[in-house]
Amino acid sequence: MAAPPRRSLFVLLAGLLVFASLATLATAIYEDQVGLADWHQKYIGKVKQAVYHSQKSGRRRVVVLTEENVISSLDLRSGDIFWRHVIDNNDPLHQLSLSHGKYVLTLSSGGTILRAWNLRDGQMIWETNLRTSTASDPQLHVMSNNKVAKDNLVLVSAGRWIYAVSSIDGAISWEKEFSIDGLEIKRILQSPENDVVYALGLAGSSKLALYHLSAKTGEILKDIQESLPGGLCGETVLGSDNVLVALDKARSSLLLIEFMGERISYNKVHVSDLVQDLSGSFKIQSLSNGVISLQTSSSISLLKLKGTDGLEVLQRFDQPAAVSDSLTITEKDEAFAVVQHLGSEIEFIVKFTSDLSSEIIREKVNIDQNRGNVEKVFLNSYIRTDKSHGFRALVVMEDHSLLLIQQGDVVWSREDGLASIVDVTTSELPVEKDGVSVADVEHNLFEWLKGHMLKLKGTLMLANADEVAAIQALRLKSSEKNKMTRDHNGFRKLLVVLTKAGKVMALHTGDGRVIWSNLLPSLRASRFGGMPSALRICQWQVPHHSVMRENPSVLVVGKSGAESSTPGVFSILDSYSGEELNSMKLDHSVVQIIPLTLKDSSEQRLHLIVDSNSNAHLYPKSPDALNVFFHEMSNLYFYSVDIQANVIKGYSLQKSCGLNLGDEYCFSMKELWSIIFPSDSERIAISETRKMNEVVHTQAKIIGDHDVMYKYLSKNLVFVATLSPKAAGDIGSALPEEASLVAYLIDAVTGRILHRVTHHGAQGPVHAVLSENWVVYHYFNLRAHRFEMAVIEIYDESRADNKDVMKLILGKHNLSAPITSYARPEVAVKSQSFFFTHSVNAMAVTQTAKGITSKQLLIGTIGDQVLALDKRYLDPRRSVNPTQQEKEEGIIPLTDSLPIIPQSFVTHSHQVEALRGIVSIPAKLESTTLVFTYGVDLFYTQLAPSRTYDSLTDEFSYALLLITIAVLVGAIIVTWIWSEKKELRDKWR
Amino acid sequence: MAPPRRALLVLAALLFLSLSLAAAAAFRSDELLLNDDDEFEGVGARPSAPSPAAAPAVSSSRRRSADAPLPGAGESNAVQFTLEHDLGGGKGFVPAGTFSARLKTLAHVTQTLTKLRFTRNDLTEDDKVAFKKLLQEDGFYTIRLPSNVLDTTKKHNVVSSIKARCIPRDSLDEHIVIHMDGVNILAVNYGSVGGCQYPRPMKLPSKWTFSSYTILKTAEQAPRTPSFADLLIEADNGLGEVMKPPEKSFWAKYWMYIIPLGLIVMNAVTAAANIPEEAAGQGQPGAQRAPAAGRRR
Repeated sequence: MAAPPRRSLFVLLAGLLVFASLATLATAIYEDQVGLADWHQKYIGKVKQAVYHSQKSGRRRVVVLTEENVISSLDLRSGDIFWRHVIDNNDPLHQLSLSHGKYVLTLSSGGTILRAWNLRDGQMIWETNLRTSTASDPQLHVMSNNKVAKDNLVLVSAGRWIYAVSSIDGAISWEKEFSIDGLEIKRILQSPENDVVYALGLAGSSKLALYHLSAKTGEILKDIQESLPGGLCGETVLGSDNVLVALDKARSSLLLIEFMGERISYNKVHVSDLVQDLSGSFKIQSLSNGVISLQTSSSISLLKLKGTDGLEVLQRFDQPAAVSDSLTITEKDEAFAVVQHLGSEIEFIVKFTSDLSSEIIREKVNIDQNRGNVEKVFLNSYIRTDKSHGFRALVVMEDHSLLLIQQGDVVWSREDGLASIVDVTTSELPVEKDGVSVADVEHNLFEWLKGHMLKLKGTLMLANADEVAAIQALRLKSSEKNKMTRDHNGFRKLLVVLTKAGKVMALHTGDGRVIWSNLLPSLRASRFGGMPSALRICQWQVPHHSVMRENPSVLVVGKSGAESSTPGVFSILDSYSGEELNSMKLDHSVVQIIPLTLKDSSEQRLHLIVDSNSNAHLYPKSPDALNVFFHEMSNLYFYSVDIQANVIKGYSLQKSCGLNLGDEYCFSMKELWSIIFPSDSERIAISETRKMNEVVHTQAKIIGDHDVMYKYLSKNLVFVATLSPKAAGDIGSALPEEASLVAYLIDAVTGRILHRVTHHGAQGPVHAVLSENWVVYHYFNLRAHRFEMAVIEIYDESRADNKDVMKLILGKHNLSAPITSYARPEVAVKSQSFFFTHSVNAMAVTQTAKGITSKQLLIGTIGDQVLALDKRYLDPRRSVNPTQQEKEEGIIPLTDSLPIIPQSFVTHSHQVEALRGIVSIPAKLESTTLVFTYGVDLFYTQLAPSRTYDSLTDEFSYALLLITIAVLVGAIIVTWIWSEKKELRDKWR
Repeated sequence: MAPPRRALLVLAALLFLSLSLAAAAAFRSDELLLNDDDEFEGVGARPSAPSPAAAPAVSSSRRRSADAPLPGAGESNAVQFTLEHDLGGGKGFVPAGTFSARLKTLAHVTQTLTKLRFTRNDLTEDDKVAFKKLLQEDGFYTIRLPSNVLDTTKKHNVVSSIKARCIPRDSLDEHIVIHMDGVNILAVNYGSVGGCQYPRPMKLPSKWTFSSYTILKTAEQAPRTPSFADLLIEADNGLGEVMKPPEKSFWAKYWMYIIPLGLIVMNAVTAAANIPEEAAGQGQPGAQRAPAAGRRR
């Protein structure tokens, strides 16, 4: 009687085993798994120019140019991207225009490259290279209604060149170089009859030149030159058809220059006469019909031009506001928009330039306070259902987000600040308060069973298309991954990102939604004058034991200005809510931020901030922190890499800093060591160190012949690569003989150079990653004309005699002896280099909770994808014919190039445009690591470098298991009954 | 005809060998520099033979006089630079020893140092007091060298430090590694000869003299990335004969299937052989049952 249950147990176990083996079979993900654990978000960056499609085309689209060097077409109804091009950063875009209603023209690279894109699908139609001296402010002018030629000419001015380019095919129809030295063309105008082009230029600071050119041939019809006393600063706007408004050199007065007459005449107006409380710089912007807006840091004034006689203030907005360019509505009417802040709302005002006293629209729009001030407005009109003119506007906010305002409402918004992430950290989510039962998550048993039946069908390939879609939807909907609580596997976290605009945002790893955002007041530009810059975000408090009830917090460090000596700013935020807990303006500058491993009693992490006067400041400033710090101070060392001076220096700390003796949180630095690279032959290209939170599972590596190699695991290992000065430029700029790369492994405590190796004929850019006891770096080999990746592994020889088991048993080993950096290390180095097909944008390595899982290199390729390359391929012990023992150990036979397996692209079909950084965050589950990559786009995924050996996948069909068990149990019972019956029958026989 | 040619060949080979040997001899120093990283001459103020001259000036002049008679034209090639140390107490750096070396110009313009010698100045009483203080405080003993051995006027110095308590053993043992790049000193690594245990005990040396070991190091060259493209082309052309593994015999290939199969067959055969026996031996119940079943059906 006892046999059947035991048998069922065995069957159950066997079933489990079968399932477990099935579950671990997947290597790459399948098509239907895309989007389950990963998400991809597309952004464009802060919009600096926008042009709308013409009214007639009927399409509600806008083409924008952004500070991230992106040109994109957006849907005006939803804000979605129709098409987008991310242009390389060494080809900066300056101007954007539409031509013929079907081409988008862009001018880039200082006015040397003109491109036309198809408005509909974004394909490039033509590209023209113009030979000009690159100018800082090139101009693009599309001639309207040209009756001279059949097609519209595009005029490009850069420096002292003017080009006329056909907008149909990009052919240059004429070019003109003006003879005056240092001339810079500022404005290009058309005569009303379209046969004369006026070019207004400035030579030096005081000479104004006006040329009349024939629109057909470019021939100079007339030129007038005039010297202006006092000089100009170069900023000009066109007041009206014949008056140019220019800022003088002192930036205190405006020159009204009448240029259409026989000679140039001018008049000077002091700005202080117009605006009383003028402080700092101001900006002028031209609207049409002689209306000019003058924007100071605190107000906007609308000025009306009275010929060259002077200016008259018509209206003044004292709230922070922005003014749009004028928009032609009818033949005589031109409208413009002013957006100003009123408390928590913004006010959207549209006026005609012909009549400034009346307003067409005045709407109040509620807006999120965390978006800051309005920076730019782009006005657009549409025809309402009642045939009147309606207005809407794209508004660019201080946090770089883009909003569409229409009918007093925000129609859509885009968080484009996320296109310029500066730094990333993570935070755990709150712990779930009470246990939630399965029944709460799955609404009822029937639904649950139905879902699993569907999955079962999918597994057995019985599902039809509808059901497959239903399964997909079910998976995506499963709220499990988007919950706001900590999960058992540690997959759910908050990614806390700091953007260039000084905004901190928390993204949920489940679907990438923004949980909270906070535009830090200390990092806001307005009213302070200087441009604050965000530097870094780090974890400030990660509660574990004594302060478990408190929320974790993050620290944001910034600078209040561009120079290195400007004082720093400090801000501490709650990781769960985004609330600013504390904000400080530091009385010293910030050059280096060193998070220490020490924590005070409230588990706030100690930070050292090094200022430009070579003093180190301790934070948090509490006696408790100071106590902890003093205890460890003699063992604290740090280093600085000065790329300008080509020097690496190491320091220790000394009590009391030189300046103010009273400040006990300030320490002076003692220089302990220095490495001076000879500037004529080596320049520092990159320095890399190990991640502070990296966990190494084993110190030893057992090789094929049962021998042990001890890894040299020092947290103080620094990798530095230097390039010969010529090799730092573009590929092709140096000969192989002139180019070389020197790789250094340096101990940061003593400055000891552990290893130094020269690669002749190697050229930058260099990318490197340091982990455990190895470093991998990527460079270009000029001799082989290929990219290369080299690996250096460093092993500790001094512990090589620890292998004796007897010694271990008798306790005569030195494994537990403290290691000091002052002992001379005996290291052995193994290295190898391999060819690699791609150039690289960024490099990182996977990190897991315990460091057991094998590592993968995450390589951001030039195609803006992320490739996961097994570290085993970069093993210096690979040989052409590995022995049987080595094969058993898992050594891959040596090949000259590293394989690129298409399935190992972790970004699968997505591109992370303008990829800048890759961050790997360990999950609680050892096999899995979370990977977040950022550039203009964001991408997040989960990776299991050695497959998920420690868990069942989400795919695992519990229903199938249950049904199998039930069927088996049923079968057992049936067979048992049968056998009982048979036995009975036999006994009766 | 053949023997003379062979003799000629042997002669040519010998000549070539001797030439290459001669060449190797000519380039001996060159190779030494490339391969032999730790070329050093640990001449210093040995504890056994402390230099009689106490004043630093005397010591350095003695070195110069010793150098002068050796090479005739060597005066311009000899280089000297000083090692300075800082014994703490805010006194700053003071000269503590002199390096002398010979400058060698290699075929391709680059200059390197060879035959490095180091002479330590003896410690004065003040120095000893300062050093003792340093030991008590567990402070840093810092040394520095000029970053360029030819142009010492630039005032760029490479610095290295160690906790003073690491140095004393019997005498003061020091180990100096100088990383060179041509005539530039990239870095100097200063350390004790043996290990340095932690926590560092306070210990005074029995002899107040330095025994120094110095090593000059230059950069290693990375090996070229192996390229198998040539091999592959060769294989394609059929030049490189690809060794095919010898065809295994049928038995060698399939023994693991054949043996179990054979065992099963044998088992079955014995079983088959046993059945009649069984039937014969204990046939009574079986025989009884079988007909009964037969009857029922």
